[in-house]
Amino acid sequence: MTLAIDVRGLNKSFGDKHVVQDVSLQVEEGKICGFLGPNGSGKTTTLRMLCGLLTPDSGEGTCLGLDIITQAGAIKRRAGYMTQKFSLYEDLTIEENLQFSARVHSLDRRKERVDQALERLGLIERRAQLAGSLSGGWKQRLALATATLHEPRLLLLDEPTAGVDPKARRTFWDEIHALAAEGLTVLVSTHYMDEAERCHEIAYISYGRLIARGTAQQVIADTKLVTFNGEGPGIDRLSGVIGKLPGVDMAAAFGQSLHVSGTNRAALEAAIAPYRREPYRWAEVEPSLEDVFIRLTETSQDNFG
Amino acid sequence: MSGFSATRVLAVMIKEFKQLTRDRLTYAMMLALPVLQLLLFGYAINSEPRHLPTALLVQEDTVFARSITSALRNSAYFDLVAQARTPAELDDMIRRGEVQFAVTIPGDFTRRVVRGDQAQMLVEVDATDPSATGAAVAALAALPTQALGADLKGALARPTGEPLFEVVVHRRYNPEAITAYNIVPGLLGVILSMTLVMMTALSVTREAERGTMESLLATPVEPIEVMVGKLAPYVAVGLIQTAIILVLARLLFDVPMQGGWLGLSLGVGLFIVGSLALGFLMSTVAKTQLQAMQMSVFYILPSILLSGFMFPFRGMPAWAQALGEVVPVTHFLRIVRGALLKGQGLEDMWRELLALVAFVCVVTALAMARYRRTLD
Repeated sequence: MTLAIDVRGLNKSFGDKHVVQDVSLQVEEGKICGFLGPNGSGKTTTLRMLCGLLTPDSGEGTCLGLDIITQAGAIKRRAGYMTQKFSLYEDLTIEENLQFSARVHSLDRRKERVDQALERLGLIERRAQLAGSLSGGWKQRLALATATLHEPRLLLLDEPTAGVDPKARRTFWDEIHALAAEGLTVLVSTHYMDEAERCHEIAYISYGRLIARGTAQQVIADTKLVTFNGEGPGIDRLSGVIGKLPGVDMAAAFGQSLHVSGTNRAALEAAIAPYRREPYRWAEVEPSLEDVFIRLTETSQDNFG
Repeated sequence: MSGFSATRVLAVMIKEFKQLTRDRLTYAMMLALPVLQLLLFGYAINSEPRHLPTALLVQEDTVFARSITSALRNSAYFDLVAQARTPAELDDMIRRGEVQFAVTIPGDFTRRVVRGDQAQMLVEVDATDPSATGAAVAALAALPTQALGADLKGALARPTGEPLFEVVVHRRYNPEAITAYNIVPGLLGVILSMTLVMMTALSVTREAERGTMESLLATPVEPIEVMVGKLAPYVAVGLIQTAIILVLARLLFDVPMQGGWLGLSLGVGLFIVGSLALGFLMSTVAKTQLQAMQMSVFYILPSILLSGFMFPFRGMPAWAQALGEVVPVTHFLRIVRGALLKGQGLEDMWRELLALVAFVCVVTALAMARYRRTLD
């Protein structure tokens, strides 16, 4: 087993904000690791430290066997990084953006590689179109093609599908899986639970600390969360009342049904007991990744005040 | 919903005012700029310069010659800074721009004054900048009476009104005192700074504002590679601008071109690179394109006002001249005017070229130190 990412005790502060605290992360080669956590939890900062865009205040480790502090330049040559905000040149064409990337990475067979990338994207005909005129989904696919043009061994993606429609997201993830099948390691941050479930494993970060790690099933099992799903007319309107009951960590309405979760089974059952009557029907269900994450977010301490 | 609502105006107004105060640097510059500029330029600029450096070549050792020397010394317009031994030495001084005036008192001066035989003294003026010397030249008219009035008594006394000797004024390099000869070459420096500094000042801030900087930094590209790559296209722009300005200067304004092409070419090259590097440095400091623009304006004003472009350099007080020496346009103007109007060679302008080289090196070093490889 070779680790593509192997970092320990990463710390980073901006002013008095300790944005990343003692984050250690190991990702095996060829794996897709989902990087999850609420906004402002330090995902972007961690990704930037991994690809040499930020220098950690303390901590150590390697990416692709290269030291993240002393060999940042070498990592940049072997890793691909896709920023959260579209950051290609909007006033250059699709082809020109790819050519630029090919040149700054000093690639050989530039024309061939650019043509291949255009073909894979299905943008051969639109190669002369300005990148700024592409729709959100296409922009992200172009950004991915640009970030992978130099055949990196490690791909760091920062919320690549934010604001992209479901079909474009699916295409995007199919491409990521295809790349991983070729041996590429991917660390991808996301807020979408369906995307998290498509990852081989997930890492959950909250308020700068890594608090859960493993496959989706492991993470769900580790939180020991018990979830009941209630159905019945108007049950969704009870979320406010039930959510405040002792033993209930959270209650969230999903259309006509209500998810009620807690870590103490007895207390939770006691809480919903008064509602275990007609017209409501209750059943214990497997907690969803979303239930688990909301639970993780709420229990982790906000150290920013 | 229609019509004019004071509340809605107020809403926009309050928002605008708050945004203004959030951008500290912009705000500070808006307040500091007028005060600073007013003090700086109000005290620095003097369109009637005095104490102009003057060299003297005295070819006879007589009472009259000493009287003239002391009359010049007493005048507020002339500062005797050098004594030349030969006419060639005097010529060098004025060509290099070390002195503004070269005064020659010929060997037969006293004899001719005494005989009343059309005595002359020669005042050569570096007239590349006509406005610098106008007042001083006018003051020369009173020199004969002031200088020798006391010496010519008794038998030597002249009827009033008759000139004791003639001051021959020789306006060199620009005999007709055509302002365009001075302004047009100067414009080359001003136009190049305005366009080049501004264009590159926006280059890095634009990347930062659009978010493309993050991608660029994630690539293996090195800071110096970014700088050279970003500046190279503008070098071409600068060269084309130079060519256009020089051609128009010749065709429309008949600006003389005496030679000095090698020095001029070196000067233009260094100045273009220096201006671009300065713009690049600004863009590494500024956080937004607006700030970058403000900085370039901040730079361009002294380039126009303190460089000797608009007002005579020698008219400024010593502290302002010291400031002016730091501005690269000052040196570039001397090179351009020296080359075009005086035909200066490298041996005359190497100091100015060296100053530009130093400027390029310092600014590039600062830009490299400022340029961030990371987003820290």
